[in-house]
Amino acid sequence: MPEVLSAPLVVEFPFTRSLGPVQSAFLTGLRERVVLGVRTGDGRVLVPPVEYDPVTAEEIRDLVEVAPTGTVTTWAWSHDPRRGQPLGTPFAWVLVRLDGADTALLHALDAPGPDAVHTGMRVRVRWAQERSGAITDIACFEPYEDETGEVTEAGESAEAEAHSGEFEDPVTGIVAAARLDYTYSPGRAQSAYIAALSGRRTVGERCPSCRKVYVPPRGACPTCGVATAEQVEVGPRGTVTTFCIVNIKAKNLDIEVPYVYAHIALDGAGLALHGRIGGIPYDQVRMGLRVEPVWTDGARHPDHYRPTGEPDADYDAYKELL
Amino acid sequence: MTRDIAVVAFAQTDHRRTSDELSEVEMLMPVLHEVLGETGLKAADIGFTCSGSSDYLAGRAFSFTLALDGVGAWPPISESHVEMDGAWALYEAWTKLLTGDADTALVYAYGKSSPGSVRDVLSRQLDPYYVAPLWPDSVALAALQAQALIDAGDTDEPALAAVGARSRAAAADNPHAQLRGPVPRGDYLVRPLRTGDCPPVGDGAAAVILAAGERARDLCARPAWIRGLDHRIEAHALGVRDLTDSPSTRLAAERAGAFERPVDTAELHAPFASQEVVLRKALRLDDGVRVNPSGGALAANPVMAAGLVRIGEAAARIHRGESDRALAHATSGPCLQQNLVAVLEGDPR
Repeated sequence: MPEVLSAPLVVEFPFTRSLGPVQSAFLTGLRERVVLGVRTGDGRVLVPPVEYDPVTAEEIRDLVEVAPTGTVTTWAWSHDPRRGQPLGTPFAWVLVRLDGADTALLHALDAPGPDAVHTGMRVRVRWAQERSGAITDIACFEPYEDETGEVTEAGESAEAEAHSGEFEDPVTGIVAAARLDYTYSPGRAQSAYIAALSGRRTVGERCPSCRKVYVPPRGACPTCGVATAEQVEVGPRGTVTTFCIVNIKAKNLDIEVPYVYAHIALDGAGLALHGRIGGIPYDQVRMGLRVEPVWTDGARHPDHYRPTGEPDADYDAYKELL
Repeated sequence: MTRDIAVVAFAQTDHRRTSDELSEVEMLMPVLHEVLGETGLKAADIGFTCSGSSDYLAGRAFSFTLALDGVGAWPPISESHVEMDGAWALYEAWTKLLTGDADTALVYAYGKSSPGSVRDVLSRQLDPYYVAPLWPDSVALAALQAQALIDAGDTDEPALAAVGARSRAAAADNPHAQLRGPVPRGDYLVRPLRTGDCPPVGDGAAAVILAAGERARDLCARPAWIRGLDHRIEAHALGVRDLTDSPSTRLAAERAGAFERPVDTAELHAPFASQEVVLRKALRLDDGVRVNPSGGALAANPVMAAGLVRIGEAAARIHRGESDRALAHATSGPCLQQNLVAVLEGDPR
């Protein structure tokens, strides 16, 4: 069995999200060092606030300001912070019920060690130096002793005050960057296909049941639902079975428009793969045109296909492959 | 219309830490062939096909379409997919069979956690405004729940260790499990959870066949009749919920008829030892119930398939005559956010 290939695969998106009125007020408030909650119909204060009551599903807009101090309701010690988390040094994940709130907010607590953390401990917000209107405007929480030195029960010491939720230059959207790192492995069949391409050969796999040759092979016959294993070299020449003319230039793609993108049935293959047609004016490409791959130095797949000069294939020769 | 619907066949892969040499469809196909072989059905005989998986595990959009090669999707078949654990695909298939639109269904699920970091991948299912930007990983969120349980006096670290030890001892009889027998409890991963309290990270797939009425009796000597099936969800904000309880599981169980008569077996999808504590309480399971004889998700946790495996394991015990009335549970999301309960019964003996 040839070596199974693998390569790093990074999936990264800057998700741009718009905010509703309550989320906008909350995140703008964080930028201004104000923590807002929302009051439900039955008088509970939700922090962080949401636009719909999680119990009744009624729309709620009644904003209130809560304190930047609160009480830990549960915690977990992370000795090995991961990428993107609020602190780079060991810290505690905490759910914090801010004074005046009835629900808890998830964030990080900067503490010297797990022995310094307990449920019920008092904490306060540490604001980020640079704030933009995001949950990360709270850098983290930090331990906090009331001036009296007395530990107070959350909700007793603070009453949430009504707040208009209006700020100058409100934040209306966030960019939530997401990045995940993978090691992609295409499995046995596709590895063999890619390995063959490095020798400028194209291999498919024959279905043991229907005898069709699949290219690129994925290790299974999609018609019969059985494993394929028998490798078959196909091409290099093939026949254009159908095509389209592309008139819009793709971003970052160095191909002049118009050009032709075609389905090409390589000789011996049971279905067509796709590729670009070159070496012929775009308006002269036709079904049945015989083509061959054109390789460029160092490329891992054919750059495009060009006419071989042979007579066109009979329609009957490729009609099953359309 | 009321129809009796049963699980008539179940198959799963060996669950392993990595399966680099196999694409998803290569991993899945033997399992599909196995369930079809158990019933003597061919892919073309199946009335409805439904799958569960997640693009985020693979890191590729529409990754499930590649797996369709394994079911013979030409000529066109009646097919659907849920971007969730396969237990929810089974729910969709069960509903389809209830309508009378089909008499048999093939349900499959698969997940390869090995290409990425599943702790980080699962963080992308969180609230994107207030939570996901902090990148809390799945173990950290489970650890918050575990600490809440400890604070409430519902468990302690030795009790959590016992859950892990019991699960992996039970898995000694399960040739498909990833972790079997004595497994060191290990160091803290995120305190209070140690590696031994957490599920192994691995790859795997599972498939079941459902059939309605007499068709089920034709295909299986002792079908596992689905007496009830229901799923419920909690508010998505963790700080709104009481993490020591699972009202959604309780409600789903009630609607599925779980409390009407005692069950003898429960297959619980509790990826973390602490979650078994929550589920036992919500489902009112006493010591007379055999919990996770397969070893559960602490022995093998192929993400997106582990919940379907619970239903399959429960059904297989009924098929083998080792259970008469079993409960199967599946979960999805952080800290038991979404919960599905199925009640399965064999014919009286």
